[in-house]
Amino acid sequence: MAEFTDALFSIFFVETLINGLLLGGVLALLSLGLNLVFGVVDVVWICYAEIIMLGMYTIYFLHVDAGIPVIIAAGCGIAVTTILGLLVHRIVIHYLLDAAPINQLLATGGLLFFLQGSAMVAFGIEFRNLGVSLGSLIVSEDIYLSWTRILCFVLAAGSVGVLYVFLSRSYLGAAIRAISQDREIMPLMGVDTKKLYLLTSAIGGALAGLAAALLALQYDVHPFIGLSFGPITFMICVMGGLGNMVGGFLAAFIFSELITIGGYFADLEWGYVLAFVVFIATMFVRPEGLFARKS
Amino acid sequence: MLTLSQVNAGYGDFQALFDVSLDVRSGEAVAVIGPNGAGKSTLMRVISGMIPAFGGSITMQDVSVLDTPAHQIVGMGIAHVPENRRLFARMTVEDNLRMGCFSPQFRDRYTERLEFVYQLFPRMRERRDQMAGTMSGGEQQMCAIGRALMSDPKILIMDEPSAGLAPVIVQQVFELIERIRGEGLTVLIVEQNVKQVLKVVDRAYILEAGTIRMEGTATELLESADIQKAFMGM
Repeated sequence: MAEFTDALFSIFFVETLINGLLLGGVLALLSLGLNLVFGVVDVVWICYAEIIMLGMYTIYFLHVDAGIPVIIAAGCGIAVTTILGLLVHRIVIHYLLDAAPINQLLATGGLLFFLQGSAMVAFGIEFRNLGVSLGSLIVSEDIYLSWTRILCFVLAAGSVGVLYVFLSRSYLGAAIRAISQDREIMPLMGVDTKKLYLLTSAIGGALAGLAAALLALQYDVHPFIGLSFGPITFMICVMGGLGNMVGGFLAAFIFSELITIGGYFADLEWGYVLAFVVFIATMFVRPEGLFARKS
Repeated sequence: MLTLSQVNAGYGDFQALFDVSLDVRSGEAVAVIGPNGAGKSTLMRVISGMIPAFGGSITMQDVSVLDTPAHQIVGMGIAHVPENRRLFARMTVEDNLRMGCFSPQFRDRYTERLEFVYQLFPRMRERRDQMAGTMSGGEQQMCAIGRALMSDPKILIMDEPSAGLAPVIVQQVFELIERIRGEGLTVLIVEQNVKQVLKVVDRAYILEAGTIRMEGTATELLESADIQKAFMGM
């Protein structure tokens, strides 16, 4: 017991909490795009993480092979995923808008394997590293915080803020909030729902690109990278109440703190186990998500 | 102003309207009355493009409504207050009103129109930051009418504005309609509450089983023995 309390009041525990917070920023950004698309189009992009994977490859090849500065490569990556978002909607989702939810899931799930398989054929299975390191912020002799993670957190929090202002202040943002509440009457408001879907899919794609840029700084790119954060992104959205962006934002931090705290007391893998156990327990108690609105 | 000629419409294989013709002249208030399932809501929906017509023509000031995409119909000056109000329940009153002004051609006049609605319904100004879904039924109806008025329409079409409201509130809703008429707006209203609606409109059509059975001025219809027997339980 004394060992436990010692650990709890240790300086390393503070570092763990901060790292959890920083990880939460990235997870929040990941869940944001998925939640936005679901809220508006009412379809879950199961292949969301694979779009991010293609964004990471774009950044990798442009920076490492073509020698383009990493910040410009990141911009191109965002452009590519924006276009991918538009294509996913126009080529697949558009035809399934009135289909049964299970068919929509299967279609975007199929797209996941298509994108993963295509990446494997095109790029091979080797792990590729962007080779960009931002170093660490040395807080004290014992505490190091990765600049990459800090940057990720700041950018993630910044994009959440920008999206919030867009949703709450602009006409288009109001329409995006409105369409998730009543789709059928949108034409009466003069809203072209087809255009709004495309716009949302483009924003969802752009957010995937931003996530790709931040993840490429921290992780190697390979065709299966989507599997390591696709499921967790989806679970965060579900835990926060699918389509509820504020809920997803908070759930991201709950998840990240559970992962890092679990990792602090045992191994990082146990952190994930802890997070998923809490997730499953949540689903029993509140199947509609922690922050679901009462309807 | 708004003319329907031989309109046929329905859902899939089910036809709800058969050769419906009617017209609403500028400055007039016209009611379409009839029992449940007569096709009244279908009529409203086909006018504002929520469902396509099987045939016939609808024109607004000589421009074809049926050939206009649904989201552009509000731009022709037709604003629709849907059945059951259909507010965005988890948005504030002011955000709901803002949605009524969504089309780019209306946005310049947002502040002016908002002031107009707030003057017409001071209660909405008091409730501006409240979630629309938390208001009483009568207030929600005000908000729904206000939302439609944000686009400064030439004609307001209302689908059963008194449905699902307590009798006292129904009275208030008809007072609202009179107030809107006072602003010189043209109104087409669909109602089951025959006795009340005939007091606020100039003319009315009786719709039964998807066909127009009768038409006349409000006074004629109020005095008609058939109407009294069929709709007013006298």
